[in-house]
Amino acid sequence: MRSRIPVILLACGSFNPTTNMHMRLFELARDHLHQTGRYQVIDGIMSPVSDSYGKKGLVSARHRVAMARLALETSDWIRVDPWESQQDTWTETVKVLRHHYNEALRAFQSKELMRGKHPTEGSMEDSLSCQQPVLPELKLLCGADFLQTFKTPNLWKEEDIKEIVEKFGLVCISRAGSDPSQFIQESDLLSKFQHNIFLVREWIQNEISATQIRSALCRGLSVKYLIPDSVIAYIAQHNVYGAQRERKSQG
Amino acid sequence: DPDCKTEVVLLACGSFNPITNMHLRLFELARDYFHETGKYKVIKGIISPVGDAYKKKGLISANHRVTMAKLATKNSDWVEVDDWESCQSEWLETLKVLRYHHQKLLSADVTNSLQDAVPISKLGRKRKREPSRHEPIKKKNQSPVVKSVPQVKLLCGSDMLESFGIPNLWKLEDITEIVEKHGLVCISRAGSNVQKFIYESDLLWRHKNNIHLVEEWIPNDISSTKIRRAVRRGQSVRYLVPDAVRAYIEEQGLYSPESEGRNAGLLLAPLHRNASDPRSSRPL
Repeated sequence: MRSRIPVILLACGSFNPTTNMHMRLFELARDHLHQTGRYQVIDGIMSPVSDSYGKKGLVSARHRVAMARLALETSDWIRVDPWESQQDTWTETVKVLRHHYNEALRAFQSKELMRGKHPTEGSMEDSLSCQQPVLPELKLLCGADFLQTFKTPNLWKEEDIKEIVEKFGLVCISRAGSDPSQFIQESDLLSKFQHNIFLVREWIQNEISATQIRSALCRGLSVKYLIPDSVIAYIAQHNVYGAQRERKSQG
Repeated sequence: DPDCKTEVVLLACGSFNPITNMHLRLFELARDYFHETGKYKVIKGIISPVGDAYKKKGLISANHRVTMAKLATKNSDWVEVDDWESCQSEWLETLKVLRYHHQKLLSADVTNSLQDAVPISKLGRKRKREPSRHEPIKKKNQSPVVKSVPQVKLLCGSDMLESFGIPNLWKLEDITEIVEKHGLVCISRAGSNVQKFIYESDLLWRHKNNIHLVEEWIPNDISSTKIRRAVRRGQSVRYLVPDAVRAYIEEQGLYSPESEGRNAGLLLAPLHRNASDPRSSRPL
């Protein structure tokens, strides 16, 4: 029986703030990959972009990482990695992928080394097993809108897109109404590697945009049940999103 | 002037099979809406899960549904669960639940007023010793004129409002009393047909001032049906329902193909009850 390929999911983005939808993407992707029977998702990484990205309304990485950490407290497999946010300049997505892949490889290799030195007790078959340990794969987790940006002139280097879909792979979540498969068919490059582009349909519509969250917060409106309570508390405590009027609902 | 605001209690009736983040959002959206008008103060939210006698397909035991709703509202300081409706052996019309909670609110209100009144004799003594301590005695929330009575409003989504049009599901006089005496708060997503539905009904149009429409801009379609489906298929429902609810569903092994088949083939209680009533088939 062929063993499943271990997969690490990496999501890049502003996470300004982390919302329930961000975390849903991971859950959907994991379920999808598991149901193919070929993969085992071993890790989920949220990688907030660095402040030098310069996007309007982007609050300090310190806060965005802290909020992500709070949001992921209840998850036993997704974590936030501040590496990208700590870089001085903006890091291309492909570089972030390479970094985390190398980290995963390093961890994998040291684990293999340990296995070699200390074979598991028990049956001889284990150490004599002809099952090759399978190298982990790192896949970029994204929404369909991200995929569409490949079309934007001058935004991506062709060789970067190629490396992303060839060497790593994409898990792309789209909402019930839209279907990115046509977009893939229309691109020679993407259709060549479509076996490594996993399209996941989200049937339970839940599009919580961080922009809308920030706007609601500014207006003193409730965002409970859209982002975790712990993140709401953090935002209030640190006044993350600037001058907030006293929430009217506390009247 | 806070004393001029009408106190409002939001009541949500439904299966809550299971309760989801979307249900909970309805309360938050409604409360924000009322407070932004400056005329209302939302003092409480009540979740009232329907009784098992409703006979809806896939409806699991009220015990579980009430427990999950309570787990979901553990961290809320204003929304609570009331199991009175779910404890009734027969199915109850929504209007009856509204009336019950309205009555409860009125009696509680009277009790509060009595508790806040300071006994005259005690007052006399204190006035002598500390003249500045007591303001002219005022009962809590009392205004010079008759204080406005707190209202219980039915909180729902556009699907419930539009269900008023389903033959035999609602009694016309019930709908009338709901919109006339109590009021409706209907949360709908951008682009829904709710305004058209109200326009096309003389009754609803007449009481449109008591039908508050709140638009939800953040698309959120976390229906209980989809949650049950995902659970049956072994898919994650994290971040769609409160974590305590997710854990409870898992621990108790709720929502299987068997549970989804419950009540299959049976007629929904209101349809059954109203079937023989010619009044129910009158157009809205």
